Amino acid sequence: MTDINAAIRQVLEAHGRLGAGFAGLRDDDDLYQKGLSSHASVNVMLGIEDAFGIEIPEALLTRATFRTIDSIRAVVETLGVANE
Amino acid sequence: MTSNDFRSQLLEAGVLVDAGSPGLYHRSADYESVVRALEYYVRRAGHGDNPQRLFIAPVINLETLKGSGYVGSFPNLIGTIDSFDGDMKQLSEFRDRVDSGGEWLELMSHTDVALPSAACHIVYPMYKGATLPAEGIFFEVQANCFRREPSMDPARLQSFRLHEFVYLGSPEGALAFRERWIGKAQELLADLGLVLGLVPANDPFFGRGAQMMAQGQLEKELKFEITATISSDTPGAISSGNYHEDHFGDAFSMSTHDGQVAHSACFGFGLDRITLALYFAHGFQLEEWPVEVRERLVLSRSSHLTESS
Repeated sequence: MTDINAAIRQVLEAHGRLGAGFAGLRDDDDLYQKGLSSHASVNVMLGIEDAFGIEIPEALLTRATFRTIDSIRAVVETLGVANE
Repeated sequence: MTSNDFRSQLLEAGVLVDAGSPGLYHRSADYESVVRALEYYVRRAGHGDNPQRLFIAPVINLETLKGSGYVGSFPNLIGTIDSFDGDMKQLSEFRDRVDSGGEWLELMSHTDVALPSAACHIVYPMYKGATLPAEGIFFEVQANCFRREPSMDPARLQSFRLHEFVYLGSPEGALAFRERWIGKAQELLADLGLVLGLVPANDPFFGRGAQMMAQGQLEKELKFEITATISSDTPGAISSGNYHEDHFGDAFSMSTHDGQVAHSACFGFGLDRITLALYFAHGFQLEEWPVEVRERLVLSRSSHLTESS
């Protein structure tokens, strides 16, 4: 489970603009409460697609998908990505 | 009454005249007298904040449009302006194309002017890099706004007047400003005999991630619309209150007096939509509108537009 989550955290660090909110971030923390704006979530979405070589279908491009590291991982796994 | 029926009635009554593109109309003097009366009506309500006032130029600088974020977010709605600036040789080819029904638009060049999509956008760049006073900045602006949304629904115009009240300053100040205006606008518009709704809403984001942006705006209640019936079964927004958080404060490096990124909010009155809602509610003869509505709008004062025509 850790590889996918680590990659997600890298994308969040690069694009999420969470500032202080990034420190001690848990897998089930609400990212929007931690400072993820809608604009930044779209950049995170693009970063996730890049990092995993996937294209997330429109139906899954929702606010809920990007609410936690866990929810992002769930969608990434749905699209066939597995831990190495 | 369907929007089609209302549109037909408006055209038959001569209130609107088809200008050749869906959602584009010339207007009667009566219609304009209502728009101008509404402008004075809302201006009076905004007096207390002693805002700085500007009537936006009919076209704006292309850089201003880009800086507003509208170009990136809603490119499908913007209107840019081209013109011909070729030399004599190119002019010859240009004229050939014009005369033969060819592709003359292709030979036009971009200019530095464009149509504004919203009125408040010209305010933010004016405070680029500024430290705002503790009480905040209050502004009042009006613009002829353009949004490329051709439609046969008469309430969906491509070009329309937005009269907006803008606040720049603290988060608390911005939220309070928006709440105050939502309350005030509901009173003002109800006093004109309109039956209103108030709903959280979202902007028409475009492209991938549009749904995420819209859901975010809705969940955080960043936008509220005051709605009224304008013919179609779904009430249409005639006014909206928007809290931008730090979106413009960040984009234009504006700070509060205590060093935080400035927040902003704006409240806009869609003067054309309100006018259409009034026509829908009260009929096509201004002199038959309810007396209290005519008095509140001081319609008799601005009816000089009709007396001499």
